[in-house]
Amino acid sequence: MVKSILLVGVGGQGTILASKILTEGLLRLDYDVKMSEIHGMAQRGGSVTTQIKFGKKVYSPCIGMGEADVIVAFEKVEAVRWLHQLKEGGILLVNDYEIYSLPVLLGQEEYPQNIIERLKDKVENFKAFNAAKIAEDLGNIKAQNIVLLGALIKALNLDGIDWTEVLKEHLPERLHDLNIKALEAGMRV
Amino acid sequence: MKKIMTGNEAIARGAFEAGCTVAAAYPGTPSTEILENIAQYQEIYSEWAPNEKVAVEVVCGASIGGARSLAAMKHVGLNVAADPLFTIAYEGVNGGLVIVTADDPGMHSSQNEQDNRLYAPFAKVAMIEPADSQECKDFVKEAFEISEKFDTPVIFRVSTRVCHSKSLVELGERQEVGVKDYQKNVKKYVMIPAHSRVKHYEVEERLAHLQAYSNRSPLNRIEWGDKKIGIITSGISYQHAKEVFGDQASYLKIGFSFPLPDKMIKKFARMVDKLYIIEENEPYLENYVRILGIDCVGKEFIPRCGELSPEIIRKAFLPQEEKKHYQVDLKVPSRPPVLCAGCPHRGIFYAVSKYKDVVATGDIGCYTLGMMPPLNVTDVVICMGAGISAGLGFQRAALQGGRKEKVFGFIGDSTFFHSGITGLIDAVYNNTPTVMVILDNRITAMTGHQENPGTGRTLMGQPAPVVDIEGIVKAVGIKEENVRVVDPYDLTATQKAVKDAYEATEPFVIITRQPCALIKEVQRKRAGLFCSVNQEKCTKCRACIRTGCPAISFRDNQVVIDQTMCNGCTLCLQVCKFNAVEKVVG
Repeated sequence: MVKSILLVGVGGQGTILASKILTEGLLRLDYDVKMSEIHGMAQRGGSVTTQIKFGKKVYSPCIGMGEADVIVAFEKVEAVRWLHQLKEGGILLVNDYEIYSLPVLLGQEEYPQNIIERLKDKVENFKAFNAAKIAEDLGNIKAQNIVLLGALIKALNLDGIDWTEVLKEHLPERLHDLNIKALEAGMRV
Repeated sequence: MKKIMTGNEAIARGAFEAGCTVAAAYPGTPSTEILENIAQYQEIYSEWAPNEKVAVEVVCGASIGGARSLAAMKHVGLNVAADPLFTIAYEGVNGGLVIVTADDPGMHSSQNEQDNRLYAPFAKVAMIEPADSQECKDFVKEAFEISEKFDTPVIFRVSTRVCHSKSLVELGERQEVGVKDYQKNVKKYVMIPAHSRVKHYEVEERLAHLQAYSNRSPLNRIEWGDKKIGIITSGISYQHAKEVFGDQASYLKIGFSFPLPDKMIKKFARMVDKLYIIEENEPYLENYVRILGIDCVGKEFIPRCGELSPEIIRKAFLPQEEKKHYQVDLKVPSRPPVLCAGCPHRGIFYAVSKYKDVVATGDIGCYTLGMMPPLNVTDVVICMGAGISAGLGFQRAALQGGRKEKVFGFIGDSTFFHSGITGLIDAVYNNTPTVMVILDNRITAMTGHQENPGTGRTLMGQPAPVVDIEGIVKAVGIKEENVRVVDPYDLTATQKAVKDAYEATEPFVIITRQPCALIKEVQRKRAGLFCSVNQEKCTKCRACIRTGCPAISFRDNQVVIDQTMCNGCTLCLQVCKFNAVEKVVG
């Protein structure tokens, strides 16, 4: 049985690092893993997606409509943009955090209201929390990606390995404390 | 040992294990990381060439000189390099020669969706297509063997989802093949008509040998499942097909995709009830199958346009299995890529945007985004170099038509080295009165900060001379009084240069010089610098917002600058007529 995870966010939010750590952990859990990322124009504030599939044997790295077991949205509006990819009964984790795109900043387009409420009405397995705030309280908003990763690991019951070890291998030592706290905070959400 | 790798990392690893000793490339998504990873292996000399044609010529020479050599580029890069490709195809190789083309179906970061598989029959060279990272590594090694055995360059064709997907790879040891001796042989290496005429016959003969090999190559394999459906596929399409049909179908999985294995295809077609061809973009496999006189189903169900996915295949062949999905009735705002906060390109585009009869021809790089609102400057983007040369043509059309438009051509520093210099020479030689703006941000930014001839460092991390852009501009004959070098963070100086250029009646060059705001060193140097809005002075005219800086927003009836994004470039401060923006040094 292959599981599909979609991480969506905005360039600069750390989706790619989170997916790297997740991929490494899944390998240690003896899964076959494929991860696909689309970057290139991502650094310029565009929408970013990373797709991770794991199971006994994975073929295509791509996730389509109604195929994701879990979507982790690093930004609210991105959750709505990618909702169609979620499988019926799938889990939706949303960072209750807004990043306005340029058309919104210029007043040409509107940032929708009540996103969280609307998603909650539709999706049974739904959880929203402010990972950015949690990370900021721990010392640096940039650790929001690891808070979200923690929540994802918990939601998928991916126990059985020491995730803090994997985390340490992907980060310089001065960032270990902050990110371990972020991971644990995410797991508790 | 097993390691998780992207396709690009695995291609680099394959080159290392195959004993490759020379590699060259020009950066381009999704191929860039191939050479970045090759540069990690000290055994391989690797370089960024100024463009793909130079890169391919470098590896052609290296191959003739006896080295196993590899060049890598994005799909459109092979257009630039097509000239050497078509003739090295006649000459053949000494050391194995592999040319990687990374196509971008879906155009995640490209200007067109060309399918470079079509190059192989056109240039008459062998082609190989891997479907995952393990195959990327294994097939590169095979590519070098085939190249030397059949005396042919090999096109190694990958696509975005192969390049940028990670999967497990079993690592091997490097095979030290050394550098072969060189024997002078003008009939093989000097393509004058008398030699080429002979060579063309040899190339046709080589294709016959390659076709026989294709039929027995382990790179082409049949995976038997249910024989009601037979699927011929290659590359990433194989993975998508396999996910949709599993063992409910049989597969002819093509890894050696030119020349195609005619006998194998015929045999496979005989053994299955229905034959599907599943491939992205062009009907490359399908056309060949039809030439063999075999009936099949392909492009009538699988679209030519866009990236293929399991979802599209399912819709085409198994519509009853379509997945249910969630929908919520909310209008999602678009999130287009934008020039970053503090981007040095913003100042010059802002200055030019005030001239309504300027036509701007742009080029390939971050500054393509000069077309986006609110700047709306760029009118035309075609390919690398056309920022200058298409501008010359437009200016001529305007003059011929008696119209008053003034052309400003925009090109980046790396792109100027790539193919801007020849356009500049044209402007001087034919005295075309356009303005050419060279946006020198000291790096190849769009593809993720690669070194180039202007950065003072090579791919392998060695210090290098800095190629002098002003020197080139003056040397080709742009008059001293028609050159301006400005800091685009200084709006007054930039506006003055734009005005001079606009009024000029001769070819004119503006060089804007300020390093990319995302360069680590620049970020460190500017840390703590930011601008802030004095709400008492602010009249909410929003002139600052019209610079298109993503750090500035209008929220709760106030103009606010996001201090974490702002790098204190002060463009907003300079456009504010009410002195309401203040610079802070934190």
